[in-house]
Amino acid sequence: MSAHSPIRVKTLTIDGRECGAREDQTILEVARENNIFIPTLCNLPGLSNAGACRLCIVEVKGVNKLLPACVTHVSEGMEVTVNSERLAKFRRGILELVFAERNHVCSVCVTNGHCDLQSMALTLGMTHVHFPYRYPRLPVDASHERFVVDHNRCILCSRCVRVCDEIEGAHTWDIMSRGVECRVITDLAQPWGQSESCTGCGKCVQVCPTGALSEKGKSVAEMSKRRQFLPYLTLMREGRR
Amino acid sequence: MTIEELRKIAETERAAQKKFQHHVCVCIAAGCLSGGAEHVRDALNKEVAESGMRNEVLVKGVGCMGLCSAGPLVTVETAVETAVNTDVQMFASVTPEDAPEIIRSLDTGGATGGDLAAAGLHPCPTNVPFFERQKKIVLENSGKIDPERIEDYIAHDGYVALVTAITEMTPLEVIDRVKSSGLRGRGGAGYPTGLKWSTVAKTGEQQKYVICNADEGDPGAFMDRAVLESDPHRVLEGMAIAAYAVGAQQGFIYVRAEYPLAVKHLKTAIKQAERMGLLGNSISGTRFSFHIDIRLGAGAFVCGEETALIASIEGKRGTPRPRPPFPAESGLWECPTLINNVETFANVAPIVRHGAEWFARIGTEKSKGTKVFALAGRVQNTGLIEVPMGITLREIIYDIGGGVPDGKQYKAVQTGGPSGGCIPAEHLDSPVDYESLARIGSIMGSGGMIVMDETSCMVDVAKYFMEFCMSESCGKCIPCRAGTQQLHGILEKITAGEATPADVALLEELCELVRHTSLCGLGQSAPNPVVTTLKYFREEYDAHVTGDGCPAGTCGCGAGTRACRAETRLGAPGSQTSGEVTL
Repeated sequence: MSAHSPIRVKTLTIDGRECGAREDQTILEVARENNIFIPTLCNLPGLSNAGACRLCIVEVKGVNKLLPACVTHVSEGMEVTVNSERLAKFRRGILELVFAERNHVCSVCVTNGHCDLQSMALTLGMTHVHFPYRYPRLPVDASHERFVVDHNRCILCSRCVRVCDEIEGAHTWDIMSRGVECRVITDLAQPWGQSESCTGCGKCVQVCPTGALSEKGKSVAEMSKRRQFLPYLTLMREGRR
Repeated sequence: MTIEELRKIAETERAAQKKFQHHVCVCIAAGCLSGGAEHVRDALNKEVAESGMRNEVLVKGVGCMGLCSAGPLVTVETAVETAVNTDVQMFASVTPEDAPEIIRSLDTGGATGGDLAAAGLHPCPTNVPFFERQKKIVLENSGKIDPERIEDYIAHDGYVALVTAITEMTPLEVIDRVKSSGLRGRGGAGYPTGLKWSTVAKTGEQQKYVICNADEGDPGAFMDRAVLESDPHRVLEGMAIAAYAVGAQQGFIYVRAEYPLAVKHLKTAIKQAERMGLLGNSISGTRFSFHIDIRLGAGAFVCGEETALIASIEGKRGTPRPRPPFPAESGLWECPTLINNVETFANVAPIVRHGAEWFARIGTEKSKGTKVFALAGRVQNTGLIEVPMGITLREIIYDIGGGVPDGKQYKAVQTGGPSGGCIPAEHLDSPVDYESLARIGSIMGSGGMIVMDETSCMVDVAKYFMEFCMSESCGKCIPCRAGTQQLHGILEKITAGEATPADVALLEELCELVRHTSLCGLGQSAPNPVVTTLKYFREEYDAHVTGDGCPAGTCGCGAGTRACRAETRLGAPGSQTSGEVTL
């Protein structure tokens, strides 16, 4: 017997391809290792998983529900289907719901061309939205000296909430209210510029998938996000542990 | 507290109660309370004092008697000297002014219903199907005992099951008994209770929790409220037995803040049980300790979902998380957690007391025991009922409920609240059990049962429930948050008479999407009211979108003119002039 922690290895098939995985891995992690693409929006390596965007839903043989790949752990002999007509339809539907929920007009957005939501729509072949657009009029908070939050662009993926809590340790961001009324807030729904817990590190801006969080002074299509710090920080912290 | 001490308390209490020849019980549960039951009790007390009958008449406030539509309710029990049986007379719609007459009727003894009615009272016969077709296990003490006195509960065999379990049975034996009783979760999904208990018991962790889910949120449902208000000790006893079985030391009751009376009675009950040593450290002198705390919900429907409820107790935002891991493995503060509904816990003590076989004899093959329903809507008798599993919907609605009033035609019954479905007349003979209800597209749910007649527009009903789901969605996952909003928007368009057949197709597509991709049960079941009304009442949707207007003439789609047009074209179906709206 070795002194190492006894992590077992499982084999499973993803879209018919045999994959080996550690038992503590999720379907999404294994798929990425094997270059199998599973669409995600709320997931970001280095942050905890929320299982909220539902784009990573997969079919598992013998399970009658669709499972989110980001939080479902592998098991021996699991047969996972990532690409099927049904799943593609559902994923496009979810994406359309996001586009219809708030204002996501790319042509006037600071992240046009660098947006996770935009590229996801291209990847999934979403050509149009067949649900009525809701276009609620939501505020823009530019009270912070360096950053802006535009709630009209927010998809409530909670990446900002998680990076602020888990990586920066400030927990400035959170979500308030229920259902379609939900909004990301700083502190107790104060203007961002008046937040006392915000350290101004800007991690939230960099992990935000859309133009909801951006740096001041950026015009249309000028805001690209730099996320290299996240795997680096995670790696260094894990190494120290 | 040993079993002998318990018996002694029970005997003392029974003897004390027997001294009174007449027991006048006033329902002071929320329903009757809102009708002024407290003043009735005060008036009765005053009248008893004034007529000098203090030693003969006991006036006590009790829990729900079931027939809420006829409240405030008062029962008068008179011990008949010759027989063991007692003579029970129930009065409906009692006002404080009726107090002198009621007390006077005690003197005269065998006053007939006619005499009482002549005296201005509303005698309510108890030998009618509403009472006789019911079978009471969960509600056996409800309406009989004073919920604020532990002695009264003990006098009705209370806490015998707990003391027996911890002094004479092993945890495994308790679990086996619950398992073989066939009890299934009464919160709605019907997961086998014994199986859940054994899963929690098997986890090797030191710290475990037992949670009672009393965050009853379905519109029109008040079963758990009635149980907590009328017989709180029964729930505490069930929780303590569960804690002993799974090895937990701490319990929480998560009850919504909108139930102040239930919270008050629970607090009193916990205090009393602790004082008697039936909760707390080393219960009955054994090594078993169990404490119960109350946590109040802040009004979020989604906190009835177990993972959201746990997050809420932890002090976090009440949003669900993906399962697995299930709470049985990793729940409250990541410890194994047993979480059951109020009614489930309320079934535990009788099962331990009477045995698994007794319980398993009631109900159907796969659904054992009884189920409490809150019967509401367009039925003669609305209120709280407890029926054996397997009874048909027809029996519930027509025998117990007394049928649809005002000579109207039955249209549908809605079970399971916003997660359930509408059941049409063709399925009225379907038995009420978990599988049968699921087969016809609805669910057992926690026990809401709303009857609708011809004046209800089914699209409007679907819209009502969708609006509920939309505003109660936690907003975490996209399909539920944005999908319910879109669904509601389409239903609004249909009821406004502005929709086209393409909108109905979109509605169906969205239902599929939301049902299969949402994170938790709220989103996954939110389309159910729409799906079942589309399945059984498609013609109503079609009538709205083809310009025929609302067949029921109620949903406000410019109903007046449109319905009139339809009337002249199709021949009057009769009900279209009615402006009544149910729900």
